[in-house]
Amino acid sequence: MGVPTKSELEEALAERIGWELAGRFSSASVALCGLGGLGSNIAIALARAGVGRLHLIDFDRVDISNMNRQQYAVRQLGMEKTQAMRENILAIAPYCEVVTDQVRVTEENLERLLKEDDIICEAFDVAENKAMLVNGVLERFPEKYLVAASGMAGFSSANSIQTRRITSRFFLCGDGVSDVEDGMGLVSSRVLVCAGHQAHAVLRILAGENDKSSS
Amino acid sequence: MVRINGKNIEASGKLLKDYLLEAGYDITRLAVEKNGDIVPKAQYDKTILEDGDALEIVRFVGGG
Repeated sequence: MGVPTKSELEEALAERIGWELAGRFSSASVALCGLGGLGSNIAIALARAGVGRLHLIDFDRVDISNMNRQQYAVRQLGMEKTQAMRENILAIAPYCEVVTDQVRVTEENLERLLKEDDIICEAFDVAENKAMLVNGVLERFPEKYLVAASGMAGFSSANSIQTRRITSRFFLCGDGVSDVEDGMGLVSSRVLVCAGHQAHAVLRILAGENDKSSS
Repeated sequence: MVRINGKNIEASGKLLKDYLLEAGYDITRLAVEKNGDIVPKAQYDKTILEDGDALEIVRFVGGG
């Protein structure tokens, strides 16, 4: 069987979620800042949900230490993460517009990098970088939505990972406390739960669902 | 009283930066929301906490 046409895929999606939601998702642009355990899993979930434009940002290459939780194949070891993730997204959603920036996000470049995106996902791993991006986005882009994560290391219950709405446009996922620096490793299933919270927060924003509740 | 992360705390009149340091926060790993808006980092040493303010201090931990 060959690659389905764009309209075949759109119809299959609309059969599941309706044309209105499918339209909202396909006209959205979402930035993934970081393509590790969080960002790679968020990207796949959003591609499957039919988000029309994904902006992938990471400076790193796929490493053997990533294989325990990140959505890459061993044949992609050594590749730039932005290119490897572009391949993986297009294998699922061939008509998704994938934009890549193989660069480290800094206070200096974040405004230029993120100006085109509607919703920004913070998916870094270092606490200081998370804080830098969150403060930078909230200070410089008051009109955009931000979905960040803090606390998903270790083997604690997956149920302790939650989504909280901090301001009208800032959502925070995670348990808030499980720090990888405390010696707890990152486990695929719990990182996936947190990434799932982030992806779901993005889709709820696009669907207008969060206007009805606190998270 | 200032409501900080859901608790009433005697911090009225204090500079936000002083409160954060006294309470043991690492300023490089957090974001502060006050009365619905984010407080820019450059304002931490200019923002005086007032009676009735509601703050959410978001602490970031590593992992991703």
